[in-house]
Amino acid sequence: MSADLRTRYLGLDLRSPIVASSTPWTGDPAVVKRLEEAGAGAVVLPSLFEEEILNEELELNRSLEQGNEQFGEALSYFPQIEGYKGSGDRYLANLEKTRKAVAIPVIASLNATTQGGWVRYARLMQDSGADALELNLYHVVADPSMSGTDREARDLELIAAVHAAVTVPLAVKLSPYYSALANFAAGAVKAGADGLVLFNRFYQPDLDLESLDVVNKVSLSTPAELRLPMRWIAILRPQLGAGVGLAATSGIHTSVDVAKALLVGADVAMTASAVLQHGVGRIKSLADGLAAWMEEHEYESVDQLRGSASASNVADPSLFERANYMAALRSFSTPADLQR
Amino acid sequence: MDQHWETIDGNEAAARIAYALSEVISIYPITPASQMAEHCDDWAAAGKPNLWGQVPDVVEMQSEGGAAGAMHGALQKGALASTFTASQGLLLMIPNMFKMAGELTPAVIHVAARALATHALSIFGDHSDVMHARATGFAMLSAGSVQEAHDFALVAHAATLRSRVPFLHFFDGFRTSHEINKIAILSKDDLRALVHEEDVLAHRNRQLSPEAPVVRGTAQNPDVYFQAREAANLYHLAVPGIVQTVFDELAARTGRQYHLVDYIGAPDAERVIVVMGSAAGAVEETVNALVAKGEKVGMLVIRLFNPFPSAELIAALPKTVKSIAVLDRTKEPGAVGEPLYLELVTALSEAMDSDDAPFAAIPRIIGGRYGLASKEMTPSMVKPVYDELASAKPKRHFTLGIYDDVTFLSLPIDRGFTYERPAGEVQALFFGLGSDGTVGANKSSVKIIGEGTDLYAQGYFEYDSKKSGSITTSHLRFGPKQIKSTYLVEAADFVACHQFGLIGNKRLLELAKPGATLLLNAPYGPDEVWDQLPASVQRVIVDKGIDLWVIDAFAVATEVGMGNRINTVMQPCFFSLSGVLPADEAIARIKDSVKKTYAKRGDAVVQRNYAAIDASLARMTHVTPGKVKDAEALASLIPATAPEFVRDVTARLIAGDGDLIPVSAMPVDGTFPTATTRFEKRAIAPSIPVWDASICIDCGKCAMVCPHASIRMKVYPDGAAVDGLPSKEFKSRDLPNHLITIQVAPDDCTGCGVCVDVCPAKSKTDIGHKAINMGNYLDHRDVERERWDKFLDVAPLARDAIAVDTVKGAARLEPLFEFSGACAGCGETPYLRLVTQLFGDRMVVANATGCSSIYGANLPTTPWATNAAGEGPAWANSLFEDNAEFGLGMRLALDKQHELAASLVGQLAHEIGESLAMDIVSADQSTESGIEAQRGRVANLRAKLAKLDSEDARSLTSLSGDLVRKGVWIIGGDGWAYDIGFGGLDQVLSSGRNVNILVLDTEVYSNTGGQASKSTPRGAVAKFAAAGKATGKKDLGAIARSYGNVFVAQISMGANDAQTIKALLEADAWPGPSLIIAYSTCIAHGIDMSKSMSHQKDAVKSGYWPLYRYSPVVTDDDGMPFRLDSSKPSIPIKEFVASETRFAILERTNPDKAAELAELMQADADEKWRYYEQLAGIHRNVPHLHARDGEPIEAGESVTGGEA
Repeated sequence: MSADLRTRYLGLDLRSPIVASSTPWTGDPAVVKRLEEAGAGAVVLPSLFEEEILNEELELNRSLEQGNEQFGEALSYFPQIEGYKGSGDRYLANLEKTRKAVAIPVIASLNATTQGGWVRYARLMQDSGADALELNLYHVVADPSMSGTDREARDLELIAAVHAAVTVPLAVKLSPYYSALANFAAGAVKAGADGLVLFNRFYQPDLDLESLDVVNKVSLSTPAELRLPMRWIAILRPQLGAGVGLAATSGIHTSVDVAKALLVGADVAMTASAVLQHGVGRIKSLADGLAAWMEEHEYESVDQLRGSASASNVADPSLFERANYMAALRSFSTPADLQR
Repeated sequence: MDQHWETIDGNEAAARIAYALSEVISIYPITPASQMAEHCDDWAAAGKPNLWGQVPDVVEMQSEGGAAGAMHGALQKGALASTFTASQGLLLMIPNMFKMAGELTPAVIHVAARALATHALSIFGDHSDVMHARATGFAMLSAGSVQEAHDFALVAHAATLRSRVPFLHFFDGFRTSHEINKIAILSKDDLRALVHEEDVLAHRNRQLSPEAPVVRGTAQNPDVYFQAREAANLYHLAVPGIVQTVFDELAARTGRQYHLVDYIGAPDAERVIVVMGSAAGAVEETVNALVAKGEKVGMLVIRLFNPFPSAELIAALPKTVKSIAVLDRTKEPGAVGEPLYLELVTALSEAMDSDDAPFAAIPRIIGGRYGLASKEMTPSMVKPVYDELASAKPKRHFTLGIYDDVTFLSLPIDRGFTYERPAGEVQALFFGLGSDGTVGANKSSVKIIGEGTDLYAQGYFEYDSKKSGSITTSHLRFGPKQIKSTYLVEAADFVACHQFGLIGNKRLLELAKPGATLLLNAPYGPDEVWDQLPASVQRVIVDKGIDLWVIDAFAVATEVGMGNRINTVMQPCFFSLSGVLPADEAIARIKDSVKKTYAKRGDAVVQRNYAAIDASLARMTHVTPGKVKDAEALASLIPATAPEFVRDVTARLIAGDGDLIPVSAMPVDGTFPTATTRFEKRAIAPSIPVWDASICIDCGKCAMVCPHASIRMKVYPDGAAVDGLPSKEFKSRDLPNHLITIQVAPDDCTGCGVCVDVCPAKSKTDIGHKAINMGNYLDHRDVERERWDKFLDVAPLARDAIAVDTVKGAARLEPLFEFSGACAGCGETPYLRLVTQLFGDRMVVANATGCSSIYGANLPTTPWATNAAGEGPAWANSLFEDNAEFGLGMRLALDKQHELAASLVGQLAHEIGESLAMDIVSADQSTESGIEAQRGRVANLRAKLAKLDSEDARSLTSLSGDLVRKGVWIIGGDGWAYDIGFGGLDQVLSSGRNVNILVLDTEVYSNTGGQASKSTPRGAVAKFAAAGKATGKKDLGAIARSYGNVFVAQISMGANDAQTIKALLEADAWPGPSLIIAYSTCIAHGIDMSKSMSHQKDAVKSGYWPLYRYSPVVTDDDGMPFRLDSSKPSIPIKEFVASETRFAILERTNPDKAAELAELMQADADEKWRYYEQLAGIHRNVPHLHARDGEPIEAGESVTGGEA
């Protein structure tokens, strides 16, 4: 008998703990369909960005008005068109299409930094068929006058506002850069989060050395990046209790990574880079690999596996909490050709 | 009668009816009629049904001739069809109009009547165009107001179906087509009531059908043609009666009663004016004013011009009439009188000759011309006509509104005569810049007043002739009575100055009534603003007792993220000060209007506008006038060194005094001096490029891309360094010990920023700082002005000392196309500037109508310039459709003149010297130095000829210039080359003659506002392709290449400037036809124009616009005629198109179609690239050429091979 891969996340029953995380691919209903066929437990759509909605509206308006009413022969340069579908409308239409195309839960994603009129999109996402929402808190706090406390307070308000707007479950995707993450995580749950997704990876800017321009490049994750979410899921799982959904994301590349994430307490393991690198089929190999690993290690179900190695269950929980870089460094051996 | 009122312009008023009553609408853009077609296309794209529930088929054609042809065909198949046009466009329809009328086909052409291009083109309104359709057999119905344009559109459609005679429904271009007025809208029931079902069916039943076949369009012989031509008489004779019946039915439904001819005035009038069109408004006001004073005057308004309603006209004239003045808005040189005058004279003469003569004595009839090209027609011009009628010996023929000091036809303007405005009426004037949104806000205000209150409202908008930095003037009237003043506001109760820089505008306070309110947007607080006003303005404010209010609208707009769009900041101030609506209500209505306009584009824009509106009123303050400063000396705009014509005429045009220029001052044949933009210092750039010599790498790219030739590069010996003019060492092995200076012309720059975008030199310590950076205009103006003057004095290097085939070289040649009024960042003008740098001193230009003819030669000034020797491009525009042929004609003449000159040189050889004669006829002029040497010989020749006294010598003197090699450049946009002028272009390409054709390809009709052409790519949204263009772009280059002897190049300056230069030089060198297709960025692409060149780069990178040169004669060893000059596409098409609104818009309106077309676009590009790669690999095998050792073939000689 093969291992039972079913799991529960945000109150949703999933057939597998492997969730296709937000990538440009999940914006295509046809690809989502293939992800479902490959065995994904759920899918997270690309994020709808607050700035995108705003910028697009302003930019569209600017370019449509450019040159208007300046010269008698050309009082405008574009036809009068009613009913533009902004990025928000297009997102919703796509969500609806995706929802119709697959049976697995579809999680819509909102990326926001402020509490604005766009919060209504949370409700609209729900109305368009989203099974759950993922609120992506994604910001670089570069303002020297803003304290961590203020920033966190605003984030919590934001979570509460989105929570108030919807009845479907709400996950909050966090960055690891909170000074007191455990405290903030508890606050987020209190503010209405049904689950947490750990962690957001920032796209860090790069320099193009030829043009000397700052460029935004997407770099895919590496398996090593799983360590950070593993630590925090291990810590948070007992603190938050079984009712709060936890998703591991960043560095899920192999079935062993999935197993690790589940072991420390994640309900699901989300993968983006591995799928982008290896294609949709990766989902199936992750699921097959997980099942094989579980069988090999005589686990019957994800339920059994999940959280069995969280901070409350391991022999020395402090290992998750201590900043044990000394030990880590000592264990790192410098390659011979670099040794002096 | 329940009336539904809306506030719309004349074009929309007519288009609504045409759309509702048509099944097929064939269209083509032409100002000022384009908007009628645009509305129809927009409505069809949105799926709006016509009266019968169908969406009309709105089809753009390649010309007005094509539109009329398609319409004729649709009519023959029994469909209801309409079209819209004006000016020469109507003339192109005339051949088909004869057919439609000859076949008694019900149809309506709606015309926004416009001046014809004669000595000059004019987009403005008069009846010159429609008067040329008189003979076609179309009935002609004239509307004089927005309401009439709406009503008569219906009358025309109804009457044509009843009479079978096609109708030309016309109204005055701009004055009516673009005037916004509050009108009662006809309901669907009105339309159904007047358009009879049986007439529609009868028309349909006459259709060409194989089930009941007939033949039409036979050829007839002397035996019957004549009789057949007379056979339709009864139908034409019935038209007046039918039109009156329809008028009466309309009156029964709406209460608006019209007659074929309407009389207004004293029942016992002795002096009567007869007029047609919008001027009737001004005449009616004059009549009312004079009648109120007891004068016996009246007027007749002609509604139906053809068939001319003689009987009705005679009947409508009071029996007391003694003299009649007929006013025509057209000119027919050489005629006894203009058409309306002639009709009236004939009608009256015939009536008097009948048994039942209507008058005891035949009234005296005089005829006058007025209002050509929208020249104002005001009561102060009408009143003198009545005076003239009262005089013992009135002028038989006269003109109005001008001062004719040549033939002395003009009547004086009675400036003392004013029409007393109705009580409660407010007249308002707004001065702004095109870019600040003033006109948009005023259009919204007119609608708010018209539709939100019981008041009537009228709006008319003036734009200047520039496409960048243009000044707009808005004329608004509102009041309790219907507004018939068909002229500009002459005395304003309220004046708004939306730009502080415009406060010195002469008209601004001149047109303010005593005690008027002045609202000023100023960057100064209420305490400091008074002192910032010019003394002359302070004086008028005090003298006229003007109530001054001030607001820093830019500060408010910036705070709420609106940039320079101050419209919604200024709008509440207008409402508050004018008191037309209570403040709260006004604000609520402005917000409502904002929501209507912007909500479809998202909430962000709406919210920002709301914030601007909310912040507005609190920031407006009252200013108490202070002490008036001493009057400052007025600086002259034009230097004393300017040519006499510039000082006498151009200067007055620039100053806005063109209306005052007498007839004698104008060129009699439309010939003007070039090089005049340099005298029009517009100073429109808020920021200008500033050079940092320490970083510059001498690449010349800034000067190469500048659309306005306002940033320039000079290289000169270091000994010629000028104190106060920054320079740096010029790094060149060929030119050691030289300096380079990059200099901006601060008052000619538009601040577009393209130079900064392309500058590749970045500071080593601060990568945000380049060798060129934008700096605040006011901060840099004075020092850059001084530097610019010094820069102009630096002598340029001789042309033959410059490697013109390099960017660095070409960039420092003197531009002979400078400071045009093109849009900031225009993608076309850099090519024109470069062409003049390379060939300007020896080129003649045939320029198609379009953007390039407008920024190229719209008065007051022209950017085509001259060098120190007075040489420069000679330029002419014929029409839109004939430009290639026009240019070919120039080449034919040039060749013939050269041939004659060479022959005369031979004949006079021993008088001028055998060796000089030989050198002249055998000169190698393939290089700059060769041309220079020939110029020397020609100068020598002229000196010798001057001493000879013979017919041959005089003839050769007049032709001697043609011995120096000349280039003919045929220039135009894609609307010309791909569509309306394609037939001629194709002919010229096939001629083998030496012409250079430059297509400035913006992929839309840019000048008329972005309508699709056959160059518009698949997937782009444009006017006339509002639903996204489904078909691909025509490959014009492939068609030209198929001739085999045409040099063809596709270029893009922003992507590869060196290839652009190479292509132009090769085209010039090729002795046969050359076609250069130049990718030209345009605001109609919906891009940030400061990144104009970056977009060009991406177009090439994506394979959207591959660069190539196809040379008919292969001179290199590899024998490949087709050179692919761009690299394999490195980014997908979707990445390029995502950055341009013209494409991106479709994803926002029709994502499924967008996705489908995106795939096809990529396939198009892939396919084209594969094809071009194959072409690039094809060796050319032209044995007879090789036999001649690679010598260029003779012009006209055909070469086969190539890709065929």
